[in-house]
Amino acid sequence: MVLVYAETQNGQFKKAAFEAVAYGKKSADILGTSCEAIVVGNAENPGQLGQYGAAKVHHLNGSGVAHFDGKSYASAIAGAAERTNAKLVVVSHSSQGKTLVGRLAVKMDAGSVSGVNHLPEQKDGKLCVKKNVFSGKAIAEYAIEGDAAVFSLMGNTLKPEQSGSDAEVVNVTLDGSSEIEILEVNLQQGDAAPLPEAELVVSAGRGMKGPENWEIIEELARTLGATTACSRPVADTGWRPHHEHVGQTGVAIRPNLYIAAGISGAIQHLAGVSSSKCIVVINKDPEAPFFKAADYGVCADLFDVVPKLTEAIKKAKA
Amino acid sequence: MKYLVCISKTPETTAKIAFTNGDTQFDKNGVQFILNPYDEWYALVRALELKEAQGGTVTVINVGTSENDAVIRKALAIGADDAVRIDADPTSAMFVAKQISEYVKSNPFDVIFLGKETIDYNGSEVGGMLAEYLDLPYVSYAMALDIEGGSAKVTRDIEGGSETSKINLPVVVSAAKGMAEQRIPNMRGIMMAKRKPLNVVEAVAFSDKSKVVGYALPTGKTEVKMIDPENMDELVRLLQEEAKVL
Ligand SMILES: Cc1cc2nc3c(=O)[nH]c(=O)nc-3n(C[C@H](O)[C@H](O)[C@H](O)COP(=O)(O)OP(=O)(O)OC[C@H]3O[C@@H](n4cnc5c(N)ncnc54)[C@H](O)[C@@H]3O)c2cc1C
Repeated sequence: MVLVYAETQNGQFKKAAFEAVAYGKKSADILGTSCEAIVVGNAENPGQLGQYGAAKVHHLNGSGVAHFDGKSYASAIAGAAERTNAKLVVVSHSSQGKTLVGRLAVKMDAGSVSGVNHLPEQKDGKLCVKKNVFSGKAIAEYAIEGDAAVFSLMGNTLKPEQSGSDAEVVNVTLDGSSEIEILEVNLQQGDAAPLPEAELVVSAGRGMKGPENWEIIEELARTLGATTACSRPVADTGWRPHHEHVGQTGVAIRPNLYIAAGISGAIQHLAGVSSSKCIVVINKDPEAPFFKAADYGVCADLFDVVPKLTEAIKKAKA
Repeated sequence: MKYLVCISKTPETTAKIAFTNGDTQFDKNGVQFILNPYDEWYALVRALELKEAQGGTVTVINVGTSENDAVIRKALAIGADDAVRIDADPTSAMFVAKQISEYVKSNPFDVIFLGKETIDYNGSEVGGMLAEYLDLPYVSYAMALDIEGGSAKVTRDIEGGSETSKINLPVVVSAAKGMAEQRIPNMRGIMMAKRKPLNVVEAVAFSDKSKVVGYALPTGKTEVKMIDPENMDELVRLLQEEAKVL
């Protein structure tokens, strides 16, 4: 059995949850078994995970899991894995998943691989799976020793497709309390997807000259429905918030489209963005190293090109 | 307060990545190694700041062979009081977590810091594993941490925002950007580091549950297509029809 932990936020499933279930189902097909999902805490219509491939949904709720706490959530998931005799547990490589993956591995005495971005394979009787290492500069294949495994799935690894119908939901109540007291949660306003989950990203660097010039970047992002990002020096000098910093020492992302304006393409920047499916580079220096990593390049002044690109997208959308 | 900072050694950020032995081993030839940036910039410096403000000690711990002594001395030069090296060549995240947990079981700490991940294996696993072995709470990707009495107030990064919580000590915390600023060791620190204790302890036996069996380099990108800056309609068309991302 493959058991997938499907994350929610304010009772709604995250995009990553559907991806994880779809990945779990595909893995289950490869392993010749079935896929079930586990949902913890409040969730609207947990049965909908059936449309992404879950044969059954275990919905755990109660005072013991009222808010995210790695310890109690890992216990709940490991407990469900034991009850269902799951050999592979899949979580998202998200802030929750990164807290859970190590805990689950120790609890279940399982082999873990975090940030997987390929489907698993069975090789010589061993479960094998690949992930990016060295900040995207290489790919490593891991083999699981023993019979239980835990994976955390990199965002945007596959496109979840809906088919089938809602699944049966099994409700389980978990009483108890958490060692973690939540004081405050701050979520950014706006419709753009959080950077780690975004499919379209518009990013800018020191070529912007100053924070007052970002309106053209924001306008491009709004027009595309994209999320904004930036290079490290831009975040370090406070031109942009820290959470926008992408790269080797910032957030590593793999959106479908990454547009970079006024970013030179230093190796540490590329490390966090080079797995993007399509890269567009706008830079006035024809020697900028970023062009070597780009699919499409525009060699010109960004203050001229970015508004023109925004207009062209508006025209195409109209 | 007793602070423990788990540190690791990683290839320098511009290092050329290559493999040997039929693509089953990382090729260390000609590679410069550094203290993992998150461990250094955020975890270690925050521990030092807390010690400076409220008293206590900062110990750094590394699982590795004597090849790692140079990066351990750097952590001492930045300001850690003493260091522990568990003498083994680490083979997996679980191996590292197991070794550190055994040490902490007989040498307890109030706050155990790590960096949010290493820049080589990008795992983010050791913190959760360590917390599980020690049966402690764990907060990952912390952007701020303050100690108030017997508890920690921690703000962590979550998708699209942040979450602040209160947790009784002891706690395991992985540190991310925002936690502290990089500190460059000064001459006095470097001289003092030579005399600070670096205790080498033996590793316990452990068999790995997952193993790297092979490496590969990403397949090369196709040649960049340059677009006329006066023709953004063409770029949009290519993004729609050729790349199919819009
Ligand atoms: C250990 C370490 C870790 C690091 N981690 C990261 C990381 O995670 N992420 C990261 O981004 N960096 C990281 N860096 C920094 C990295 O090495 C570069 O310094 C940084 O990425 C450069 O940022 P930039 O491209 O915005 O600025 P610059 O390198 O200054 O490039 C600006 C670019 O803008 C172009 N430009 C200027 N004006 C215009 C214009 N009007 N129109 C068009 N183009 C214009 C220029 O031609 C130039 O290419 C790290 C460095 C180290 C040492």
